[in-house]
Amino acid sequence: MNAIDNKWIGQRTIRPDGVDKVTGRAGYAADNTMPGMIWGHVLRSPHAHAVIRGINTAKAEALPGVKAVVTAQDIVNFPLDKSVMLGIQDMRWMCRNVMAREKALFHGQPVAAVAAISEEIAAAACALIEVDYEVLPHVIEIEDAIKPDAPILHDFLKFEGKSSNIAGTMVNKVGDIEAGFAQADLVIERSYDTRPVHQGYIEPHACTVSCTADGKVTIWSSSQGQFMVRAMTSLLTGIPQSNIRAIPAEIGGGFGAKTIIYLEPVAVMLSKKSGRPVKMVMSRDEVFRATGPAPGMKATVKIGMKKDGTIVAGHGVFYLQAGGLPGSPLRGPVGCSFAPYNIANVLSEGFDVVSNRPKVAAYRAPGAPLGAFAVETVIDELCEKLGLDPLEVRIKNHARPGDKAVYGATFGSITFVETTEAMLNHPHYKAPLDKAPAPHIRRGRGVASGFWYNAGGESSAQVNITEDGNVTVTTGHPDVGGSRASTANVTAELLGIDHSRISVLIGDTASIGFSNLTGGSRVTFASAMVVTQSTEKVIGQLKERAARIWKIDPEAVDWDNGEARPAGANAGKFPPLTLKELAAKANEMGGPIGAGIQLNTVGADPGFATHIVDVEVDTQLGIVRVIRYTACQDAGRSLHPSYVEGQIQGGVVQGIGWALSEEFLYDKTGKMDNASFLDYRMPVCSDLPMIEAVALEIPNPKHPQGVRGVGEAGILPGLAAIANAVHDAVGKRFSSLPLSPPKVLAVLDA
Amino acid sequence: MTDIRYLAPQTLDEAVGAFAAAQGAARILAGGTDLLVQMRNGVARPGTIIDIKKIAELTSIEETADGGFRIGAAVSGAVLAEHPRFGTVWPGVLEAINLIGSTQVQGRASPGGNLCHGSPAADSVPAMVAAGAVLTIQGPNGRRTLPVEQFPVGPGRNSLAPGEILVSFSLPARPKGSGDAYLRMIPRTEMDIAVVGVGVSLTLENGVCTAARVGLGAVAPTVKLVADAATALVGTKLDDAALEAAAAACRAACKPIDDKRGTIEYRIKVSGVLLKRTVAIAAERAGRA
Repeated sequence: MNAIDNKWIGQRTIRPDGVDKVTGRAGYAADNTMPGMIWGHVLRSPHAHAVIRGINTAKAEALPGVKAVVTAQDIVNFPLDKSVMLGIQDMRWMCRNVMAREKALFHGQPVAAVAAISEEIAAAACALIEVDYEVLPHVIEIEDAIKPDAPILHDFLKFEGKSSNIAGTMVNKVGDIEAGFAQADLVIERSYDTRPVHQGYIEPHACTVSCTADGKVTIWSSSQGQFMVRAMTSLLTGIPQSNIRAIPAEIGGGFGAKTIIYLEPVAVMLSKKSGRPVKMVMSRDEVFRATGPAPGMKATVKIGMKKDGTIVAGHGVFYLQAGGLPGSPLRGPVGCSFAPYNIANVLSEGFDVVSNRPKVAAYRAPGAPLGAFAVETVIDELCEKLGLDPLEVRIKNHARPGDKAVYGATFGSITFVETTEAMLNHPHYKAPLDKAPAPHIRRGRGVASGFWYNAGGESSAQVNITEDGNVTVTTGHPDVGGSRASTANVTAELLGIDHSRISVLIGDTASIGFSNLTGGSRVTFASAMVVTQSTEKVIGQLKERAARIWKIDPEAVDWDNGEARPAGANAGKFPPLTLKELAAKANEMGGPIGAGIQLNTVGADPGFATHIVDVEVDTQLGIVRVIRYTACQDAGRSLHPSYVEGQIQGGVVQGIGWALSEEFLYDKTGKMDNASFLDYRMPVCSDLPMIEAVALEIPNPKHPQGVRGVGEAGILPGLAAIANAVHDAVGKRFSSLPLSPPKVLAVLDA
Repeated sequence: MTDIRYLAPQTLDEAVGAFAAAQGAARILAGGTDLLVQMRNGVARPGTIIDIKKIAELTSIEETADGGFRIGAAVSGAVLAEHPRFGTVWPGVLEAINLIGSTQVQGRASPGGNLCHGSPAADSVPAMVAAGAVLTIQGPNGRRTLPVEQFPVGPGRNSLAPGEILVSFSLPARPKGSGDAYLRMIPRTEMDIAVVGVGVSLTLENGVCTAARVGLGAVAPTVKLVADAATALVGTKLDDAALEAAAAACRAACKPIDDKRGTIEYRIKVSGVLLKRTVAIAAERAGRA
């Protein structure tokens, strides 16, 4: 299966969703309409922090055209003292995130919702809802939230015996760091801060929900997991999962933030109360104020190195912003930051800090880019001061198969060293760089690496042969990274038929077995695995049918190039039977042909990335531009190379935005000041060079095609690589992101 | 939903009549790239919209007998870019207008709208100020003219009297050896709002600057004509000392604020940097060897 001369695997086949997307026909959640459908609108908190003393909805309900009003009273309450988990999400926080209960914890948090016969009436009705707020002092930044006299968001949260905004901690430890630092020839300790960033998907959250009189609920929505939508909606509405059918719409980006829900339970309750289908679509403003983001960080990292480049000890302390409700991704920086390296002594500590911001959501390798930023810049400085090549040092210290990671796992067939060696030997690393092409322009080069866990998990697939001898493949997770195109390639390869004869679909929760959400760089890995096993079962059925027709033993039948053939001369002499011929005889020879597989997939090795970047700094304006970028990851096997490259490039670009221009800005009242794509500055195409993606193909021995997940690791090194390149250009170290022009110029002129 | 009356008069008189009659409840629609966004955000809720794009004088570009240009206030950036001569005579004004919004927005957005919207960061305005554009304005009391730099009076506010409509920009004829340029600082490379914008127009005779005008944007409540910067340039060969003096004049003219787009300190510094760079481009266009 891993031969490079595969006919379909590794081909840049036309994507199954391509025509619909470029012609505007792809069915996104906001495109859905139904007879009798009405519109839902959310009333959001105008305060960053306030007790909700009461809500009077009478005037809104009396407005002509209003069909239903819901508040937290309509959403299942999960008491604060008892955790109820769904995956990594705690329903105590989710129920309050979809509808504020005791308190409004951030500006923009939902407080009530209205469904009415038009969007305008629903919005007008929201304005008639009277909420009795007791406004409280608010706190936005980590350093303020952890001060002794900070406003406390949740009285029940205790840290070291006292009420605190520190909602949780996490520690990974190996060896003895003090003993380790004592062996070092050079120890560097630096502090860092970064701002929250938004996932920035083009498609705002949207859903249409129909709740019928007999209590059956159908949800059309944009998510990274229809089964997650079903389970979370069930928990938050009390409706059993068997009565909820979640239909995944085409998704316009998620990057992790659509692994939780915002609108669906609210729309369900509005639909239940009104008896009408309800549609809800967020505005961009709502997306910025109340969904995502990824956390900001305050961190201190200390690393000790010997003169020969051996890293002897590392200590990281990472404070992450959770938003108004607990749950920042501590396992990102705590577990990943030191994981590329075999270091004898590591202490990695994380603190989950609540403040009056939107609750964070997953974003591409959640939390890990932050830790990589801190650790990889300290390593760069150690290399600079010890006169060592930064890639050689990474190679010298690389974690090997069989090493025990600081987070506890023992590494399998990891390929960090191959990834880094590929960059050391890449022409980019050796290319001359004119460091001062003009009096006010300085150029520099930086490198960095990163680690992400990757995941396997539950997936299901059904492969059916149509009566006319073609193929449908159904899987159970939304396609954000080319899983349909990749699984079509796998199926075509295994069946030995033309790619155009295969249709790949995403099933809804009633039509395909449970499949975990699209996240953790898992879906291509897991889909290919279940599709392979399903297709192999189908091939077994096809051989059996041929054997029955030929009246020979099924063992004596081969499946080759889309046809059943006698395995050898002893098996008998029969003309081959094609898939079409076997399909035509399916019913008389035993019934429909098709097979499904449901698995908890295992064997997903972690992802590593190493990047090289050249930047250009305008020293008079403080502007940093990326002029060349090369990013390497091991894909194991690129089922569809364009998508592998796309994942790597996408991760790189998001890292560039994080490093240079993206940040949430708040005014003094705790209100986000830049809730639009104009002032929340994601990179645009003209800001970027072509990103060269180098995808190695060292097969993962635990996967039928050798696949390793590639979706997330590409975002890890960019923050540090860019900061290191800026240092190389201007000779100053930057510890605060983003490297916005005013910030850069202030440091240059200091 | 509130009803909105939409009018698309064929003549300026009709437009002025309807605009005055609405007594402040109407808004003028040129490209709509600001107005429609404001309406969508709920910032503007006009009872009447008066579309001026059916009025010939508002959508035409004319080369005047004296060698200048008259540009209708509602001419879009894309149409202006297609004019065979305008961009060669006033490249700085054109490049400033063509920086408004995206390629798609350029098909609609107009210099008149950009000016009337009243943003201190409007890209076309510093270039128009540098060019010495004179506005033609028509209202219930007839026509008047006004130098462009006198038009804005504060963020979002201008000196139009009730019922008055901006009709056109008149740009003077260019003496030989003239050039103009506009530069802005934005963190990205496009799709952004100027943190500082500088327009420069100048004339060179034998390498000596004989005339100059400098417009400065995004550093004060309104776009500024910086006369001191022009004075520092005139009579010099645009040597380093003259440039530094002009840059200092720009810095001194700044009355910026700290906001989400830039800090006071940053804007002041950058105004001087951009002045020097913009002068260099304008001088090159003026034919400096």
